[in-house]
Amino acid sequence: MTDTDGPWALRARGLRKEYGSGEGLVRAVDDVSLDIARGEMLAVTGPSGCGKSTLLHLLGGLDRPSGGELWLAGERIDRYSERALAHLRRKQVGFVFQAFHLMDELTAQENVELPALLAGRSPREAQQRARQLLQQVGLADRAGHLPTMLSGGQRQRVAIARALVNETQLVLADEPTGNLDSAASSDVLRLFQAVRGIGLTVVIVTHDERVAAITDRRVAMRDGAFVGDTRSGGSTRGNLADYTGIGG
Amino acid sequence: MGELLAIYRLAVRDIRHRSAQAILLLLAIAAGAATLTLGLSLQGTASNPYARTRAVTNGPDVVATLFSDGSNAPGPNAGSTPGAGGGSAGGGQPDTAALSPLEHASGVVAYSGPFPVTWTVFQTGHTTGSVEVEGRSTAASSVDQPKLLQGSWVRPGGVVVEAGFANAFNLHVGDRLDLGGVTFPIVGTAVTAAIPTYPDTCSKGEGCILVNAASSYNPGLVWATEANAQQVVQATSGPLAYYLNLKLSAPADAAAFAGRYNANASSTDPSLVSWQRIRDGDAQVVLKVQLILFTGSWLLALLAVASVVVLVGGRMAEQTRRVGLLKAVGGTPRFVAVVLLAEHALVGLGAACVGLVVGWLAAPVIDSPGAGLLSSSSAPTLSAATVALVVVLALGVAIVATFVPAIRAASQSTVAALEDSARPPRRSEAVIRFSTKLPPALLLGARLVGRRPRRLLLSAFSVAVATCGLVAMLILYATTAGWSLGPRVTQATTIISVMLVVLATVNATFISWTTALETRCPAALARALGATPEQVTIGLTVANLTPALVGALLGIPGGVVVYDLAKHGGSTMLPSAVTLLVMVTAMLVVLGVLIAIPTRIGSRRSVADVLQ
Repeated sequence: MTDTDGPWALRARGLRKEYGSGEGLVRAVDDVSLDIARGEMLAVTGPSGCGKSTLLHLLGGLDRPSGGELWLAGERIDRYSERALAHLRRKQVGFVFQAFHLMDELTAQENVELPALLAGRSPREAQQRARQLLQQVGLADRAGHLPTMLSGGQRQRVAIARALVNETQLVLADEPTGNLDSAASSDVLRLFQAVRGIGLTVVIVTHDERVAAITDRRVAMRDGAFVGDTRSGGSTRGNLADYTGIGG
Repeated sequence: MGELLAIYRLAVRDIRHRSAQAILLLLAIAAGAATLTLGLSLQGTASNPYARTRAVTNGPDVVATLFSDGSNAPGPNAGSTPGAGGGSAGGGQPDTAALSPLEHASGVVAYSGPFPVTWTVFQTGHTTGSVEVEGRSTAASSVDQPKLLQGSWVRPGGVVVEAGFANAFNLHVGDRLDLGGVTFPIVGTAVTAAIPTYPDTCSKGEGCILVNAASSYNPGLVWATEANAQQVVQATSGPLAYYLNLKLSAPADAAAFAGRYNANASSTDPSLVSWQRIRDGDAQVVLKVQLILFTGSWLLALLAVASVVVLVGGRMAEQTRRVGLLKAVGGTPRFVAVVLLAEHALVGLGAACVGLVVGWLAAPVIDSPGAGLLSSSSAPTLSAATVALVVVLALGVAIVATFVPAIRAASQSTVAALEDSARPPRRSEAVIRFSTKLPPALLLGARLVGRRPRRLLLSAFSVAVATCGLVAMLILYATTAGWSLGPRVTQATTIISVMLVVLATVNATFISWTTALETRCPAALARALGATPEQVTIGLTVANLTPALVGALLGIPGGVVVYDLAKHGGSTMLPSAVTLLVMVTAMLVVLGVLIAIPTRIGSRRSVADVLQ
């Protein structure tokens, strides 16, 4: 089944995620409907436990919804098998996590190469692409370092490079600056702006007002449901390619 | 291609990244692989050294033994069990004329002897024991001329010691040996195929004889000139017998030849022993070693399976976040399972290589015929079938133990795996009811350890298996006290005991490490609420030791059962209660220390750091 109405990168209708049953039933995501246009940068904000991260997991196919419909790039994905979701994540979605989630035993270069290898790229091609991305995020000289030898900001930049390695159209980020100091956060924010600058769709779950401020649109959540949806008028559309080289 | 590279890279890097765990896992599987290699390499080795020795010494097809008056003849019928052929010194001179018909019997083509033989006590330094002294001509015999390994053949006043006996007592050319009060220098060491080698000289065929107060078990063999042998007889008033070595036209029929003769012989006639029976006597040592290795292999295999289950379980507990991460970047459940299986298969393959090398290196020690027979000059070879079997076993153990946890991990929710949340505990009403009566530290330990009842069972099981093996070894030594088991039997028991202890230690280390890892959050929470690091350490240690104590107590009767199942007849002598108590206590102390270390290290991390 496909959804061809409009230039949507993501479309959700009546999306639900429930845990437990009976009186113990918890609705982490409650009847959420959402359209995200291609190239849009969206921030999902709200208090802790409101369902932001759960929504992000559903949008990226990390988790399956209890109900509702979800389209990604025109394909309905809410009924996908685990295997199909894995393939989807390889080709269509790049993730950036608060805790970086890099493989401790692989170098920065190898961490970036991993999704490319999984997607069927040749080792040489994966290597070249990873090298190029690390250069663009300013870590060419750290390519052979293990994650434990990198700072938090550097690790998050490796994670962003990893999210971009398969040239996916959608990048999902869960509190990407949550574990970083101010300087590292600024670096990461500039990188996200650069990512947006090259036309990728970006969804960021955040508490950080500075992060929300750079996005095109902000949706607020409470108790699993949307309580607000505002557009910032695209004032943050900028070109930071001079910093990263991405999209340059 | 890219996926294969990713699998290889992830598997190899993780092994390197957590090398200590990988080495422990490798050790556990390698122990079983090495034992299997040893056991397989022993097959068919029992008869070859005897055949070589028989060929080189022109060994007899039949040995006839004539005892004084035949009244206390400890020949094959009377004395095949050590000590059973009890006889006293003395008796009249045997009439060697009784041997003459055999020299010319139908089918006999050559002979040597008769040679006088006596039994007495030997002394060298502070060591004493029983010895068989055979008088020989200084000239070479046409049948059974012992092959010299060192020095020269007998001469007046100089004796030659059987090489197995010399090796066991560290006797060398130039040493002096007291034989029943008469002292002789040792002028040589040699091997023969006419009598089973030390320490099984009297296990078959030749029998044993009690000499005064000396133990008759496992006498060593010494060759002297006939005059010197007679000198020993006179000095000790010891028993006198004669050996006649016969060569037959049809050596393969020797057993039938001896059987026919013995069936019609009177008590004053010589008794005959075929070369096949002597060969079987020589095989006794190898058979004992085979039995020990066979029994030990089973115990080690049980322990190895428990080890691998514990080790893989521990590694998987640490892999949760990694699994989530692999899936988040696009790894399918199949890919994740293959990565986990590949990693453990690589360790299994490494363990097979280590096991084959260790087994191959240990084979000459265990498989060698000992000093008493001529061994092959070439190094032992590993057959393709042995290599294949060991590799299949090692890989099989690794993959079978990994399969279920790998599939379980691969099918885990990606989000839950990324959060690396602790698995929900199993709640046991009994544990909860019991632990409420305990002091806080033990209550805490019981509740934390009681979260994983299957792990407690594995812990008790591995300690029980190790105790079983050690108790069986102690029974072997208690039952055979007073007669030598020989160096190779001692080596085999030592190897098995060490492997059992090593594997039990590996298990204990991993169980405590896994427990410490899995209980880090609740333990940190307990500390946040006021429990001291000491309380957490003591609680977890005592709670982990309880199943180990149960295992050790169950292992004691288990060891008796294992010994009874493995032994071939004979009685069973239990080790003393003190010995068992010391063994169990020592084992528990070692386990306690091993358990306390990771728990203590874990409790040093800041509470905030763990709970974050």
